[in-house]
Amino acid sequence: MKFSIQVNEGPYQHQASDSAYQFTKAALEKGHECFRVFFYHDGVLNGTRLTTPPQDDRNIVNNWTELAEKYDLDLVVCVAAAQRRGIVDDGEAERNGKDATNIAPRFRISGLGQLVEAAIQSDRLVVFGD
Amino acid sequence: MSDTKNFMFLNRRAPYGTIYAWESLEVVLIAAAFEQNVSLMFADDGVYELTKNQDTAGIGMKNFSPTYRTLGDYEVRHMYVDKASLEARGLTADDLVQVEWEDWETEESVDNIVEVVDSERVAELLDESDVVFSF
Repeated sequence: MKFSIQVNEGPYQHQASDSAYQFTKAALEKGHECFRVFFYHDGVLNGTRLTTPPQDDRNIVNNWTELAEKYDLDLVVCVAAAQRRGIVDDGEAERNGKDATNIAPRFRISGLGQLVEAAIQSDRLVVFGD
Repeated sequence: MSDTKNFMFLNRRAPYGTIYAWESLEVVLIAAAFEQNVSLMFADDGVYELTKNQDTAGIGMKNFSPTYRTLGDYEVRHMYVDKASLEARGLTADDLVQVEWEDWETEESVDNIVEVVDSERVAELLDESDVVFSF
């Protein structure tokens, strides 16, 4: 089955990102396909490489990056939600005159059309959040 | 990308207090450009999103409620409201905005696409949807 995943909550505050990660990993290990993971609302905060959890805790951002590397996952952060919450890549830094970037490896910033397209192209859109 | 699916946006949050309602509306506006069959469902505190005469001056937030009244122009064909959620909050259909819809090609028009439905119908509508965006 072809899944797309929507993550609506930030890491650590809420279990949504952990659950989405576990679900996506399990689905891929079972041979299913993941068309796209789309991060929305505070979910965009999963895409900052500046996250530094305590050493004995899981690193949610790195987990996503590593999963993306292993399975060539498309991790998309919503641009409008990202701008509100300070998630920045090279293009956004240049467009908005910011002095730094923080996007994590394998994540990319794009528009809401990517979420709608994912819903159209996938057999199931699975939403993680309250 | 020629596939047409039945999209249902399930709105369960009050319009202010969290950003879910506003960012949900942003997805609805984008979805219109993809020529899908878009419907909205309002349940739980989500019914407050459609209430008339919202005034956000005191909380320093943008009042985005006028946007709901334009959704007919974005090819949203149905806006359903869960009756039980409405009643539990002491509201009736009279407390909600009306949203007009018109097909510019056929000139077919509907005065108000906001429809109060019972729980059984809510379940049917969700079941009939290909994609449920839950906010």
